[in-house]
Amino acid sequence: MRIARVVTPLTAAVLAVAVAACAPAEDKAEQSGKTASAGECKVADLPLVKKGVLTIGTDSPAYDPWFNDNDPTNGKGFESAVAYAVAEQLGFAKDQVTWVTVPFNNSYKPGPKDFDFDINQISIDADREKAVDFSEGYYSAAQAVIVLKNSPAAKIKDLAELASFKIGAQTGTTSLTAVRDMIKPKSDPLVFQNTNNAKQAMLNGQVDAIVADLPTAFYISSVEIPDSTLLGQFQYDKGAAEQFGLLFEQGNKLLPCVNGAIDALKKDGRLANIEQKWLSDVVSVPTLK
Amino acid sequence: MSASTPDAGATTGAGWQPSARELARRRTRQQQHRRRVLIASVATVVVLGGLVAAVVLSPGWARVQATFLDPHHAKESLPAIAKGFWINVKMFLIAEPLILVAGLALALIRQARSAWLVPVRGLAVVYTDVVRGIPTLLLVFLFAFGMPALGLAGIPTSLFFWATVALVVSYSAYVAEVFRSGIESVHPSQLASAEALALSRAQTMRYVVVPQAVRRVVPPLLNDFVSLQKDTALAASVGVFEALFAAADYGNYKFNFTAYVVAAAFFIALTVPLARLCDALTRRMARRERAGAL
Repeated sequence: MRIARVVTPLTAAVLAVAVAACAPAEDKAEQSGKTASAGECKVADLPLVKKGVLTIGTDSPAYDPWFNDNDPTNGKGFESAVAYAVAEQLGFAKDQVTWVTVPFNNSYKPGPKDFDFDINQISIDADREKAVDFSEGYYSAAQAVIVLKNSPAAKIKDLAELASFKIGAQTGTTSLTAVRDMIKPKSDPLVFQNTNNAKQAMLNGQVDAIVADLPTAFYISSVEIPDSTLLGQFQYDKGAAEQFGLLFEQGNKLLPCVNGAIDALKKDGRLANIEQKWLSDVVSVPTLK
Repeated sequence: MSASTPDAGATTGAGWQPSARELARRRTRQQQHRRRVLIASVATVVVLGGLVAAVVLSPGWARVQATFLDPHHAKESLPAIAKGFWINVKMFLIAEPLILVAGLALALIRQARSAWLVPVRGLAVVYTDVVRGIPTLLLVFLFAFGMPALGLAGIPTSLFFWATVALVVSYSAYVAEVFRSGIESVHPSQLASAEALALSRAQTMRYVVVPQAVRRVVPPLLNDFVSLQKDTALAASVGVFEALFAAADYGNYKFNFTAYVVAAAFFIALTVPLARLCDALTRRMARRERAGAL
């Protein structure tokens, strides 16, 4: 009994130290900005989550025009097409690509990730770089304003006038920051969890205008809310134009190879072709001052 | 009380000397006391120290610190979360009295014996069963998005309004059951006595049953309200920009979880005092019921 009294706390302490000691140490060198040539990136040597397969993450539902029919595996929609083009450039066949569902706010949680990279209209940002690594940008996004055709907000001419209306945007997006920093509405913006909620709120009259990135806004106004129209597009830039990047776990050694692949896609015009194919409608939207 | 205090009588009375045996007893008591203090201290240090060491020495600690406990992000996110938390508090303060009234009304309807009230009684039973069967989160969705979509004239579209309604609907069903259990716990002899005094059924309820029942269910009620305080965060799911959503929004934009910890601190600061109040009330009631018998 005497022994038990001493041994119990001792065992606990030893266990605690053991647990602390045997967890794996992590190597977290920043990989963003590095590029590797195709020669250094053989599929067999790539550090992958699942051997021989490229695992790509995106949120569900996967919205148009980034994806099509909520099915990232069909290669349709801008981001699905980009993902398959990157995979092909890296040397993966179409059936060597698997998709996993990664809700947006799970994508940056610390610790190992279950995807090689995540593609989900994620803007590259210095603060975010501290938690994850980003590839080079594959799309420059503009912002756009959606209003209902018969709403008083549809008559305004510039962004400044928008300030007196009730504006909504999705949480955690550049669109929301643009609303707060550029439009500075008189009443607090309404913040949505996702595009569906935004749409419902507009139909319910809970917001007069929604701000979203241009392709999303275009899709919402042309397909999701038939009675709505795009007021126009505008650039929100804190210095440089906003870019979407592929999201990697911090220190993922695959990143330089993917950057090499994106470079190649940009150089021979394939990326531009994909953009032309899936996002061509949006260029005609007038610019809002 | 403590073993080491000498007997009250031992210190008074001049000329009285404690016997050698008494002195030995005191020494033993003192030794035992010191031993207990030592063991308790060592055990506390080892257990707490071990826990802290396990967390702090783990290889991911630096990562956890950077993602969950970053002072810069805490400061940056604080104003939005504080502003959002005021919405939680308002929602709670509005919902709580409504829930109490609705809950008690439901409980009384279920207890009613009048033949006229049979359909209402049936409805009350169905209401508590159905509402308690639906997750509160779902109710929030159904009310906040569904009700304004009806497009009825004069129906508010405010998300805050409908989220609060959803909480009132959900919690009134639970609270009704709490009240009912309180009412049913009042001893039948009380009812018999009331009848003997020629009180009507309504009078019996008003003056005899409900006062006793309510007093009895105060602790479980407070427990429900601690839970309600936290469930105001469910309004985040439909876009009410309260503390949790403000934190999530900050986190989603900056890719950092510190804001969640800040929001948690706000909720703790609100619920802990209520929990302590609950404890104090329970103790006071126990004292009163025993009426000095113990």
